[in-house]
Amino acid sequence: MSGTILLQQLINGISLGSLYGLVAIGYTMVYGILRLINFAHGDLLMFAAYTAIYLVGIFTLPWYISFPLAMLITGSMGMLLDRCAYRPLRNAPRISLLISAIGASFLLENLAIVFIGGIPKGFPRPQTFDQVISIMGVRVQVLTLYTPVITVMLLLGLLYIIYRTKVGKAMRAASKDFEATRLMGINLDRIIAITFFLGSFLAAAGGIMWAMKYPQVNPFMGVFPGLKAFIAAVLGGIGNIVGAVLGGFLLGLGEILIVAFVPELSQYKDAFAFVILILVLLFRPTGIMGEPIIDKT
Amino acid sequence: MSKSRRNFILNIAAIIVLFIILFLFNSYGTNYQIRILNNIAVFITLAVSYNLVNGICGILHLGPNAFITIGAYTSALLTMSAAEKQMTYIIQPLVWPLSVLHTPFVLSLIAGGVMATIFALLISFPVFRVRGDYLAIVTLGFGEVIRVLANALQSITNGPLGLKGLVPYTNLWWSWGVAVVTIIMVQKLINGSYGRAMKSIREDEIAARAMGIDPFKHLLLAFLISAFFSGVAGGLLAHLITTISPTLFTFFLTFNLLIIIVVGGLGSTTGAIIGAALFAWGGEALRVVERPLDLGFLKIPGVPGMRMVIFSIILMLVIIFARRGIMGRNEFSWDWLLTKLRLGERG
Repeated sequence: MSGTILLQQLINGISLGSLYGLVAIGYTMVYGILRLINFAHGDLLMFAAYTAIYLVGIFTLPWYISFPLAMLITGSMGMLLDRCAYRPLRNAPRISLLISAIGASFLLENLAIVFIGGIPKGFPRPQTFDQVISIMGVRVQVLTLYTPVITVMLLLGLLYIIYRTKVGKAMRAASKDFEATRLMGINLDRIIAITFFLGSFLAAAGGIMWAMKYPQVNPFMGVFPGLKAFIAAVLGGIGNIVGAVLGGFLLGLGEILIVAFVPELSQYKDAFAFVILILVLLFRPTGIMGEPIIDKT
Repeated sequence: MSKSRRNFILNIAAIIVLFIILFLFNSYGTNYQIRILNNIAVFITLAVSYNLVNGICGILHLGPNAFITIGAYTSALLTMSAAEKQMTYIIQPLVWPLSVLHTPFVLSLIAGGVMATIFALLISFPVFRVRGDYLAIVTLGFGEVIRVLANALQSITNGPLGLKGLVPYTNLWWSWGVAVVTIIMVQKLINGSYGRAMKSIREDEIAARAMGIDPFKHLLLAFLISAFFSGVAGGLLAHLITTISPTLFTFFLTFNLLIIIVVGGLGSTTGAIIGAALFAWGGEALRVVERPLDLGFLKIPGVPGMRMVIFSIILMLVIIFARRGIMGRNEFSWDWLLTKLRLGERG
């Protein structure tokens, strides 16, 4: 295939990958501390997109106010999710947490159906993101270029919080040893709430950019991106934030390039991510950047 | 007489009573009632086999929809005549030899179960390498892969168009007969030494291995048996609804089964039965909230989708506040009933 098409697919892949990476960060942070796969995380994506639609549509706020506001609101929604669905089960067996996560996910989706309706809505894409520019003979939307840049900026901000602030130190401690962190006098519930807020904030950013890329918004739009973001997190090493972004890039690039090189497989695009997951779990369960676990038995 | 003889006689008597009730419904019941009863029976089969893996073995398995899909399609493909297949496969003709195979209903059910079991055997190796959350996601992944394949392989499954016009072979006798057989076989497994081994793996896998129990063998056994009955139930479901398509077998179906066994009591076959009955009946009864309600002084507009919201809320309330569900891990026993009726020995 020609160089321009390859370049275009590479840019598409990186852009898609950065979206997966943003959502994967939330998964990996929650898993690192709580050892819980937050099934409802993908639905926060959908929540953010709908919130942005309503802020722009009903309150007629300009996009540079309503998008960050939607991200803040989604962050709070993440904290609410933790408070209602996961905190009561802090001492329960893991299977209960997983079932609660699945229930919360379905609850969010069906509440969206009840209150908003299942018919897809259009997402308001601001003018700034609508232009198409030309690089080296390839025509790309500026959104596709902005997405990885915004992702990296958010990632740097998150890394600053985690590695240079006290709160971040507490989060790192909680992911290493849950009980000992409590013994150090840290309010674990607050730390977990902050973790959920940050993860959901980033997922909201991913959700809004996703909705700008694929402007049809429906209550189930978060399901597949959420699952793929989780697979990206596993691929990169669950519990490792940079690994999550790396896994996101790899998964996004892989998905786009597979369809580009072998167009007959485009129907199996979704299954590709699961095949990757199974291969990773078979051959390197701790992911690319994870430490190999010593089998104590 | 000894307790086991008494129980045996009571079990036979209960089954006879059940079939008398079914006969009465078959002859005098309305179509609506018969449909609900069929639904209840199919869900009982599904729930009891799902509970074997999730409740007794303690592993969260999120891919039963894969086995149901395989069972449904296999069974449907085997009962459709060659002429019907030609009519239905309008985009891509069905691949040989499936286009000429034609078997009676009972064989197609067994074939559905066997195909599902073969698939379960194939995926058991990657699945049981991991535990806990990863196992859940891997089984979820396989469920999705099967659905994607059913959608994509048009020359085998007719893709998104699905299979139509299946003969409604499923009547009360088939569905409840299979349900009774499933319950008997699963209970025998649970009450025997295999079942005890599975429960020990659920409680503490490392201690079980120290006792000489091979987790893989026992989990595989539960997985395969569960897959077989799920496949058979899939065939029953196909011939009950008479139209199947890949959209019927999404994660939504798994979610419904999860609600059933959690509300009924994770680890209890009786709980799965109760949960299935409540779910099948409640699903119909709750349709009322989706239609406009006129209470005279108050008009509540019908809200579509409210049913699933209520189910989700019920699941979350149960898992947060009443984790044991209705039955917990207890089973129904004749001892308990007779003691309650003051007919048996006490203390």
